[in-house]
Amino acid sequence: MDINLKILRYDPESDRKGHWENYIVDAEPEERILDLLHKIKWFEDGSLSFRRSCAHGVCGSDAMVINGENMLACQVLVKEVGNPIKIEPIRGLPVVKDLIVDMEPFFDSYKKVMPYLINEKEPGDRERLQSPEDRDKFEDTTKCILCAACTTSCPVFWTADTYVGPAAIVNAHRFVFDSRDEGTKQRLEILKDVNGAFRCRTAFNCTSACPRGIQVTKAIEDIKRETLLNS
Amino acid sequence: MKIVKHSFDGVIVGAGGAGLRAAIEAAPHMKLAVITKLYPTRSHTGAAQGGMSAALANVEEDNWNWHAFDTVKGSDYLADQPAVDILCKEAIDAVIELEHWGLPFSRLDNGKIAQRRFGGHTVKEGESPAFRACYAADRTGHMILQTLYQKCVSMGVTFFDEFQVLDIKIEDGICQGVIAYELATGDIHIFETRAVTFATGGFGKIFKVSSNAHSLTGDGPGILYQKGIPLEDMEFYQFHPTGIYRLGILLSEAARGEGGILRNKDGERFMERYAPSIKDLAPRDMVSRAIATEISEGNGAGPDSDYVYLDLTHLGAETIKKKLPDITDFVRTYVKIEPIEEPIPVQPTAHYAMGGIPTDVYSRVLSDEKGTVLPGVYAAGEAACVSVHGANRLGTNSLLDIVVFGKRAGQSMVDYVTQTKPNSISDSASDDLSKKIQNLIDKEHTDEFSVANIRKDLQESMEENAKIFRTKETLEKQTEILEELRDRYENVTIFDKSKVHNSELVEAIELDYLLDMSEATVASALARNESRGAHSRQDFPDRDDTNFMKHSFAFKKDNTANLKYKDVELGKYEPMERKY
Ligand SMILES: Cc1cc2nc3c(=O)[nH]c(=O)nc-3n(C[C@H](O)[C@H](O)[C@H](O)COP(=O)(O)OP(=O)(O)OC[C@H]3O[C@@H](n4cnc5c(N)ncnc54)[C@H](O)[C@@H]3O)c2cc1C
Ligand code: SF4
Ligand code: FES
Repeated sequence: MDINLKILRYDPESDRKGHWENYIVDAEPEERILDLLHKIKWFEDGSLSFRRSCAHGVCGSDAMVINGENMLACQVLVKEVGNPIKIEPIRGLPVVKDLIVDMEPFFDSYKKVMPYLINEKEPGDRERLQSPEDRDKFEDTTKCILCAACTTSCPVFWTADTYVGPAAIVNAHRFVFDSRDEGTKQRLEILKDVNGAFRCRTAFNCTSACPRGIQVTKAIEDIKRETLLNS
Repeated sequence: MKIVKHSFDGVIVGAGGAGLRAAIEAAPHMKLAVITKLYPTRSHTGAAQGGMSAALANVEEDNWNWHAFDTVKGSDYLADQPAVDILCKEAIDAVIELEHWGLPFSRLDNGKIAQRRFGGHTVKEGESPAFRACYAADRTGHMILQTLYQKCVSMGVTFFDEFQVLDIKIEDGICQGVIAYELATGDIHIFETRAVTFATGGFGKIFKVSSNAHSLTGDGPGILYQKGIPLEDMEFYQFHPTGIYRLGILLSEAARGEGGILRNKDGERFMERYAPSIKDLAPRDMVSRAIATEISEGNGAGPDSDYVYLDLTHLGAETIKKKLPDITDFVRTYVKIEPIEEPIPVQPTAHYAMGGIPTDVYSRVLSDEKGTVLPGVYAAGEAACVSVHGANRLGTNSLLDIVVFGKRAGQSMVDYVTQTKPNSISDSASDDLSKKIQNLIDKEHTDEFSVANIRKDLQESMEENAKIFRTKETLEKQTEILEELRDRYENVTIFDKSKVHNSELVEAIELDYLLDMSEATVASALARNESRGAHSRQDFPDRDDTNFMKHSFAFKKDNTANLKYKDVELGKYEPMERKY
């Protein structure tokens, strides 16, 4: 069947601002939106630019706005989004070209929250023990693939790009609730800042945007609570 | 074209598990750069699901020697046994080290790392399936990739993200540096360095149905192959039994490790006929062949009788939710069926390259079949061939390989850098690459010579002629097709002439590597007149130890490969018939 795609395009070498372009693509209902983008790129217009790698929702390359919502293009099928399909780059990060945005500010925020295990104690020559219950406490936030769908769906982030954003908080959560970690104090100190967790206005956009089904808003709430308990 | 010059002691190409592990080892001792065409966390290591083996003996008695036995037997006796010993012995510390760096393994009730069963892993040399695979639900690779990246962030490792290495400069047999293309700007970067590790991953995109990412195009092996470095054991490519029908998206062997069963159209558990002792948990080459045989004998399901079922319905919702959450989500997302209630249509999918850049156990690249070391150049991970996987890799042994031999690559870089002085690379080092790019920009675009059309024909023909079962006829036919494709590639054209994120240009260059990988694969397969592991010749159905207990070394020669051979390094395990 013929699908009508409207893609917001921008070429920094020739455009002053973005413009919509229309494409008609023959597609099966079971195809991924990513497959359609590939059809355009490979067989119609090689200049269309977007990131992708794994094509099944695990690498986090292809978050984009599809019919108004943040999604991974490889994780949604044609039959789930209707016809026509409108595709735009994710919001709040500078657009570099077409559907590609500058990810550096996003990764800088991620790095700010010390996203690594902090534990100075000599662990010995076997594994540290952790009960399945303790392991479960941070299971949800280990799933993050840093796709930025959450952060770029957040109205607070759109207006204040200094806000660390949901993804960074999710990654802080992953360590704060890990029984093996001892960096909670330092991390919460960072997240107490004006640009930290308390900027969140619980819009829940992030939770609906997350392609990994992470309870993002809940993770932010957990961090807020932990910060209050620790101060 | 703008040219930027950098100077480092060491450069690692690739930021998947192998590259990151090497970086952690090397970074404290030198000025190091990691260059990666994808953001590190986008690497395909993150897609690995089921687990990573080590004889921790957390669930039952185990011993790294049994792990070694299984690996050698699984390899159909083509693996080099001293290398396998290193892999299995160092596995234990490698897993513990990852845990210490924060890897969130699933846990047993006593708090130890959980372990599960996996294909081909047994206790006491074949007695029964072993609980050896350490895992984090079915996202073990994701956790490894994240943990190693987190460690690199904590160490302040220098990354060049979205930079693609496209050339190496070797003068008088000594490495001078690598040349990279910056995706965001189209600028060329000369990296002067005396030690380079290639950790660019696999090349599953030579086939049509594949579990591999679009980015897995064999860049590292391709770059070296074009410089006269051979590729080892290219005829051995692994087809994983359970890819989602048509899409090739992987459903981990962990599904069968947890009790999943393969069934044909009549609901029969056909693996009982092919591997009576370990059935569905037989090694991948055997299961994939069994499925292909079922399909060719008319026992396949569906309107075209071209798939079989992976049945998880008896495992229960709880096990599925806890232990196989991601893969069952893939089924819901892409096939729209509920795996708790319905069996899943699957077919074999191109998965893993046993072959690659030849290295010794110190991850040093070898420039010939005699074992001559190429100074300053290292390789690790799926891009490399040590060889620990021989003719068929056991599941969970690749995640192990990337950390064990990634670490060794890092150590070797440190040794080399401390023993040598910086060299200098000439400003003209990037001329070849600049010319290649300029050519692509200058040539007018035509559909006939478009990247996508040539690549499509390549993938479809490789799928048809060089997949699970091969014969002299299919391979000769494919050789001819590859010649035609190579001719077409000589005229390849691109539509996009821009500088910023010109991914079409990059895909054009990657296609060159895909053709190289295919040419080496087909030439090596045609010359191996036997069936061993994943290489299955219907015209030579038996293993031939008299003539073929050896590794192939394919040297690029025009549009095909010149083959030489090296004896397998044996050890305590004598080759025997491979039965399960
Ligand atoms: C779906 C799936 C599931 C798997 N499950 C398991 C499992 O459960 N257990 C197991 O042991 N194995 C598993 N494997 C195999 C294993 O995951 C891979 O073999 C392994 O992760 C490869 O790691 P790597 O570091 O070699 O390469 P990759 O992780 O693929 O990384 C390659 C890196 O190289 C970079 N790169 C490539 N070319 C260039 C270039 N030209 N310039 C710059 N950078 C470049 C990329 O950006 C990337 O960072 C699985 C594989 C797949 C596909
Ligand atoms: S929390 Fe979810 S949406 Fe946000 S970056 Fe991680 S995976 Fe993406
Ligand atoms: S391409 Fe990897 S998440 Fe979509």
